[in-house]
This record gives sequence, structure tokens and C-alpha cells, in this order.
Amino acid sequence: MTSTYDLHMPATAREAIDLLARHGDDAHVMAGGTSLVLMMQQGLIRPAHVVSLHKVSELRGIRSTADGSLEIGALATHREIERSPLVRAHSAMLAEAFARIATVRIREQATLGGNLAHADPAQDPPPALIAVGALVLIQGPGPAREIPLEDLLVDIFTTSLEPGELIVGVRIPPLAAGTRAVYLKFLPRTEDDYATVSVAAAAVVAGDGTVRQLRVALGAVGATPIRARAAEAALLGLKADEKAIKAAAERAAEATDPIADGRGSAGYKRSMARVFTERALRAVLA
Amino acid sequence: MSRHLLKFSVNGVAREVEVPAERLLIDLLREDLALTGTKEGCSVGVCGACSVLVDGVLLSACLLPAFRVDGTEIRTVEGLASKEGRLTPLQQAFIDHGGFQCGICTPGQLMAATALLGEDPHPTDETIKHFMMGNLCRCTGYQGIIRSIHAAADEGAARA
Repeated sequence: MTSTYDLHMPATAREAIDLLARHGDDAHVMAGGTSLVLMMQQGLIRPAHVVSLHKVSELRGIRSTADGSLEIGALATHREIERSPLVRAHSAMLAEAFARIATVRIREQATLGGNLAHADPAQDPPPALIAVGALVLIQGPGPAREIPLEDLLVDIFTTSLEPGELIVGVRIPPLAAGTRAVYLKFLPRTEDDYATVSVAAAAVVAGDGTVRQLRVALGAVGATPIRARAAEAALLGLKADEKAIKAAAERAAEATDPIADGRGSAGYKRSMARVFTERALRAVLA
Repeated sequence: MSRHLLKFSVNGVAREVEVPAERLLIDLLREDLALTGTKEGCSVGVCGACSVLVDGVLLSACLLPAFRVDGTEIRTVEGLASKEGRLTPLQQAFIDHGGFQCGICTPGQLMAATALLGEDPHPTDETIKHFMMGNLCRCTGYQGIIRSIHAAADEGAARA
């Protein structure tokens, strides 16, 4: 049962930041609320103050910027991202990754900013976004800043946000021409489950088959989503044949540190990380 | 512990209710307004029994803080049939095509399928399965639900 709290409904991001600064650790931010409501219902957190962002209209919306970046506001719901023509034009992989999160009701309520701030390592958006080089836009008491998503997610349910800071959106720079991207999610139980392992990959391959660009990110295999830099390095500048892909997927699996749970043992998940990385690499390189 | 006066409508009827900040929409509907057509199943947003439409958007009433419905129009299963009791084509199709067995999930199935047909008046089997997968039927009567949605879509086409 949820303990009671004082609800604050700021109209602007600045007001929200001021409220967070004033109430410190006693305050939690609510975006869509899917995770926060559950955590309060289960008694895992008992904030004295909740700062709900639902009236902060400046955090809504999805737009293309002059330099060809895609900017997604922190309050964009998963469903808005799934259905946005702008998102699909920028990266169909991203739209499809969001379309396969949980169920339609969750996607209608859950927001991008809330998802990232929750820092649950089994969620789908982080690996998909890391693969396309997403940057997180942060405002707070100090100067606004923009950091790579992989630098936001520092531990399980833990971000690098400073006290009083708020995620205001995500920016995805223009993707190089010819980028191929894929998001694979291993769901051995039900379609609406958390991934047992997930792999996102985005690549640019030259006409002669040389791997020019490659980003690989995995979810649900450690305390945070991981960027498989050793796997990327194993293929960059080479012509990716089956042997090279298998070796790179081995590097990705070595970088994982999964926990055993109802979705499988640590060893099983590591094996599946290898298998699904192989499949993702074949999809974007072969 | 703040309290908040909420003004909204449910099934076309204007309502004003004061609630504590932590009140959830499911309790606002069932406890404060005695609208018990919306069921509470899992209480964690998974089963779909509490599916309702808020400004036309399909949501889990068990996951939505009540303060978020201030200024909105809510539609629940009680608001599907006309005041004279005439069922929607979807409700009639659930009766005609075996769309329910024990009935506990039916209010949620109807609200989810209403949202689906609003977005896509002629959904394919695949679209129905993808959209409706968050509405669990403990009797596993899924084929009847899919048949009913197709029948309602055909009925809608016949009337259009």
C-alpha cells in the first residue's frame, strides 16, 4: 500500500528543478508513473514529496532539429515514439524496439525520460538508443548538459544525475547514410515479458564489405546495459565474415555479467547473449 | 499528505471528487464512484482487467494516479452501451461469438478492443494479437475474443 505524500505539479522544468532542489532526497520525480507507482505500492520507496511532470508541456513532443538530429522530449510516451513518423524516418529500428515494449497500456503511460531515469537494466530503450548514439539532455541547478546515454546508466536503478537534475529529453544525431540497425529481444516466456537478453546493433558497411561503423549494445545482462566495445573493435575496419562475427559475439558475451533469475541461469544468459549478438551482427553486416 | 479536488467526466457525467495524492484511478472508480464494472486483477499493470479509456487512450486504472485524470474524459465499460441499454456492435459480438466465458476479464477486453477498433477499424489477426496481448483471459478463451473483434469490425463496415 502506498504511503501518502505531498504532490507537486510544476508547470515548467525550472519549477520542477527548484522543487527537487528544495526537497532533496525526500522528493521523487514522476513522469508516466508506471514504475514509480508500482515501487510505492510495493513499499520499496516512500517519498515524502512527489514532483509530477505531467503539466510540464515543454518536455513533450518529438522533433527534428536543423542539424538533422531527432529530439525526443522526456515526456514522450513509448507509444508516441512507436508511432511517430519522425522516429521511423530517423531509425525504423528504434520505432520497432518501442513497439515491442510490454503492452499497449504500458506504452501509452510510460515515458522515455522516466524509463531512462529508472535505470532498470532489463528495459528495451537503453540498448536500442545506445546503438544509435543517443545523448541525454539534462537540466538542473547548474548548466544544462548533454551526455552519452551509456554515461547516464551507472549501476542497477542508479544514474549519474546530480541532485536536482532532470532528464529533459534525448537527442539522436543524424545517422550516417546506409546505416543498418536491428534490435533483437529474446523472449522465451511471453511477448510482454522483460527480455532474457536483448541486443541492438547499428552498422555502416562500405561497398567492399569493410565495416566502417559499428555500435553494439546489450540489455538484461548486467547491472547496466552494456556497450560491447570489444566486439565492435573486433570487427571495425575488417570484412565481416562468419568467423569474425562469431569471434566478435564471443567478445560481447565475455563482457556480460548476468544474474540468475526465473529467465535463466547466468551461464544460459551469457550463451544467449553470444547467440543473439551473432544474429544481430549478421543482420547488420552480412 | 496533500489532497486534490479533481474535476473530470466518466461516461459523459461530470464528476468532482477530492482525493489524497496517492489515490489510484482504480480506487477512484470502484470505491469513490461505485463504478465496479472495471475490475482489479493483478494490480501491477499486467493483466488488463482494469483497462479504461482516458481521453481515448487505453490505460491501466491500477497504475494511474487519480490526480492525472483531472480535466479528462474517462470511459469505462459502463459507458459502452447507450442509456437505453443498446449494446455496441462489439459487445453484441462478444455475446454472439463466444467472446467471454467466466467474464472477469471482459470489461477490460471490451475497452481494449474498443480502443483497437478506434485506431484500426479492420485489424488483421496479427494486429489483434499484438494489441490485445496485454489483456489476459484466465479461461484462455482467446479464439472467441478474436472472432468477436473481427465480427464487430465487419458489423462496423456493414453499417458504414
